[in-house]
Amino acid sequence: MAQHEVNYLKSGGLPVVLTTVDHLVNWGRSNSLWALTYGLACCAIEMMASGAGRYDFDRFGTIFRASPRQADVMIVAGTLTKKHAEFIRRLYDQMSEPKWVISMGSCANTGGMFNTYATVQGCDRIIPVDVYLPGCAPRPETLQYAVMVLQQKIRREKASRKLPPKRLV
Amino acid sequence: MRQYKPQANAQKKVYYSDRFYEKPSLPKESLEAFPEFAKELELLSQEVKVLESYVERGDWVAYIEPKENKKALAALKRMGYEILSEMSAIDYLETRHGFEVFYQLLSMEKHHRMRLKLFLPEGMELESANDLFRSADWSEREMYDMFGIRLLHHPYLKRILMPDDWSGYPLRKSYPLHGDEAAQWYEVDKIFGKEYREVVGPENRDAARIDRYDTTRFARMGHEVPYGEDISLGEKETPIRYQEEGGVVIVEKLTPENSKQLQERK
Repeated sequence: MAQHEVNYLKSGGLPVVLTTVDHLVNWGRSNSLWALTYGLACCAIEMMASGAGRYDFDRFGTIFRASPRQADVMIVAGTLTKKHAEFIRRLYDQMSEPKWVISMGSCANTGGMFNTYATVQGCDRIIPVDVYLPGCAPRPETLQYAVMVLQQKIRREKASRKLPPKRLV
Repeated sequence: MRQYKPQANAQKKVYYSDRFYEKPSLPKESLEAFPEFAKELELLSQEVKVLESYVERGDWVAYIEPKENKKALAALKRMGYEILSEMSAIDYLETRHGFEVFYQLLSMEKHHRMRLKLFLPEGMELESANDLFRSADWSEREMYDMFGIRLLHHPYLKRILMPDDWSGYPLRKSYPLHGDEAAQWYEVDKIFGKEYREVVGPENRDAARIDRYDTTRFARMGHEVPYGEDISLGEKETPIRYQEEGGVVIVEKLTPENSKQLQERK
């Protein structure tokens, strides 16, 4: 009998971490949110600033990808025109599940100040949106907060089950 | 160039203008005071019929017949106006049943600009100036896109800004700013099909709209209700409670009973 008996179950010394599959998968998903570069207007400048050194999106595991096949989250940054609407839908469809959308800025949320014939009045008419980010244009901190809110949302989701269909509009 | 405005009496500025106020047009000066323009007009008159000619802010303006636009442009190009800096049209469909097309020309050697204008009745086709000035290519395509003016012998007459399957001409005065029905449902019709209109619903053009019965997107301060609950038939009263309800040390609570209204200003 050893002098210092270790009760593995009590003192937390067991070299095993107990978790749920949900938690594990969501930990992975929420901490490696690869974003599709979707700069449509001036919000793209703020999105680029969030990705660059000063604000550093890489800390969140958010790396911009130029291909929808490799992306998890689409950050719609800018004014969505009606001419472009079919392409945003096509790129959204090309993203693999699970996928999320952040609508960044007033123009993507509601059409913003472009209350005209050529602008889509909110990108949620075309694709389901998870996080609406207000601002014109939102500062990089705000975009980082939106990603953090999205991370919290992902962590609440059931990873083992098929995601429920998202509501459009 | 921007018009110079003297800043000395800036205080005398009128701070509002009448909505239906029509600005007086610029004074049209006679060509007699400008011998170089008179000479150019004479050269142009040998080629085409000039309906009207005057000088506006130092720029020579000439009106011609719509059928002779290419002949006139070729003559002006020979005279030294070798750059077509801008061309477009103005909608006069309501008042005069046609468009006014203008060509803004620039001569680098003479340091002059001139404006060639013509009145194009509705439905009439205009000869393309593309083989004289290459910049006319996209300008004419934009004119076709925005006003529906068709051009003869244009190499690639196709919409330049709006999508190819767009209906209507947006820069006409009769076109509504929010778009006609086809424009308002354009993206829904194209992506999902017409039967999806009911699902997506009409565009919300009021960006400041607040729906107090919508508990999924809006929350009223002090009247919090659970997310997504139907409150169309009324909601529970949620009175605002403050932390210092019982009273805070030192600070005296002001109640309506204890307050005194002054009848006279002290």
